[in-house]
Amino acid sequence: MRKVAIIGVGNSKFGIRNDVNVSELAFEAVKPALEDAGLTSKDVGFVALGSAGAGAWYEELLPAVVTSEYCGLTGAGLMRCEAACASGSAAFFAAYSAVACGQADIAMALGVEKMREIDTQTAMEWIGRAGYYLWEFHNFGLTFPAYYALYANAYMARYGATEEDLALVGVKNHKYAAMNPVAHLQNRITVEDVLSSMVIASPLKLYDCSPMTDGSACIIVASEEKVRELKIDAPVWVAAVGYSSGTANLSKRAGFLSLDASVSASQQAYKAAKLQPKQLDFAEVHDCFTIAEILAYEDLGFCGRGEGVKFLREGQTEIGGKIPVNVDGGLKAKGHPIGATGCSMLYELTKQLREEAVEKSRQVPLKNYVGLAHNIGGTGHYCYVTILRR
Amino acid sequence: MSSASMPTIKSKPVTISQDIPVSKTLRFWEGLKEDKILATKCCQCGSLYFPPAADCANCLCTSMEWVELSSEAEIETFTHIVVRPTSFSQHKPYTVAIGKLREGVKVLAWLTGFKFSQVKVGMKAKLVAKVSSDEEWSYEFVPLDKSEG
Repeated sequence: MRKVAIIGVGNSKFGIRNDVNVSELAFEAVKPALEDAGLTSKDVGFVALGSAGAGAWYEELLPAVVTSEYCGLTGAGLMRCEAACASGSAAFFAAYSAVACGQADIAMALGVEKMREIDTQTAMEWIGRAGYYLWEFHNFGLTFPAYYALYANAYMARYGATEEDLALVGVKNHKYAAMNPVAHLQNRITVEDVLSSMVIASPLKLYDCSPMTDGSACIIVASEEKVRELKIDAPVWVAAVGYSSGTANLSKRAGFLSLDASVSASQQAYKAAKLQPKQLDFAEVHDCFTIAEILAYEDLGFCGRGEGVKFLREGQTEIGGKIPVNVDGGLKAKGHPIGATGCSMLYELTKQLREEAVEKSRQVPLKNYVGLAHNIGGTGHYCYVTILRR
Repeated sequence: MSSASMPTIKSKPVTISQDIPVSKTLRFWEGLKEDKILATKCCQCGSLYFPPAADCANCLCTSMEWVELSSEAEIETFTHIVVRPTSFSQHKPYTVAIGKLREGVKVLAWLTGFKFSQVKVGMKAKLVAKVSSDEEWSYEFVPLDKSEG
């Protein structure tokens, strides 16, 4: 296995992007990533595209092909990766692997999603089917918020957490999104705003949910030899990628207090990177719903079981706390363009590790120069944990 | 950049409805008509499957027998779904729960017949077959004291 570094990153403006089609949106991430690396599209040997809603939320069935043509990448090795909301991380893993194994010297992971070309109810339909359609959707009409609501009610019953506690995740992440010009939702909110927003699937309300977002993000990776040859001044190294998965049917889960895939994937990543959670300077975790961020604190070992709410209330996941989490606004407020999210997390890690956070007010302090991205697909159906080190 | 007023072209509409094969689990769907909730059990290693599986993921055996499940369930979690998908828009908001049966398997289904304020993690409910409003056979959790049939 060869060492692999991130040498270029790009991230489009997230939001309702009815001004662009999927190819034009992808270009908004590819162009800055190539410029950041000092490369042209012809230098890229392999492209892995992460996108979950091809042909459903948006019109193109082969988004890897159309975006590659549009961005001048035709001719490179090409594939689309699907791992639901972790499709971007799966694409990154494919690009990383292509370089690590020596097949390619420069590879690209491109995450892109267009979720706002169809009406909200139809979007709920598609995402609700993202489990086991036959056994848990066909007769029962589960929705994506409902899957996480099942975890939220179990967690609240077990540990006495409240809806106010969950709301605090939203308040924190909106605060940081307000400092992030690429974020979809840049409004600061209060606990009262969350509690008074409409119920989607109890106990989760509108402001407990990430928005449906259009967006793209692009990560370019290269081998150690290429990094030297290109004289990259601030390479960010891939310290580890851990992965795992969970059952399609939620009825087959052992319990509803944690996502087993997060635990397995993170332990695998910590072991490969030879570090402990407490050595991380900061993290991006998968907060598609407020409950998900609290579960992540515990599953990733930032705090003990049942201590997630206390950890949050103490401010330990704010800048200045033990481990700042989602200081780009997270999925919750930066937005969650399903297939782009994994790449966007790595964009944020890279920018922070280079001490290039867009706004200085949300630059995390770095001691060990190590950050972690935790990307879940579905409801713990897929999990990728990527650790980067400068 | 944020508005729906941007110019667009409507894609050609498409209606999708797949024919999902159920020949290998037909006994389950027929069992519902007799008010039985059936699972499959591996003839080789004894693994129990709900939803029923025609093949054993544990030992790869393809010889399975049908067994009837008990009906009393302990509710492990639940949610009340207010914002519904398109295909469920004709329904009023509904409650979904996951219950664990005595045999150890868990079932996800609608929970009906309770006031929502009464629904608690750890409470008991009964799993019964039913005909859904779409006139398809299904199953749901109901209060324990609800009379048969």
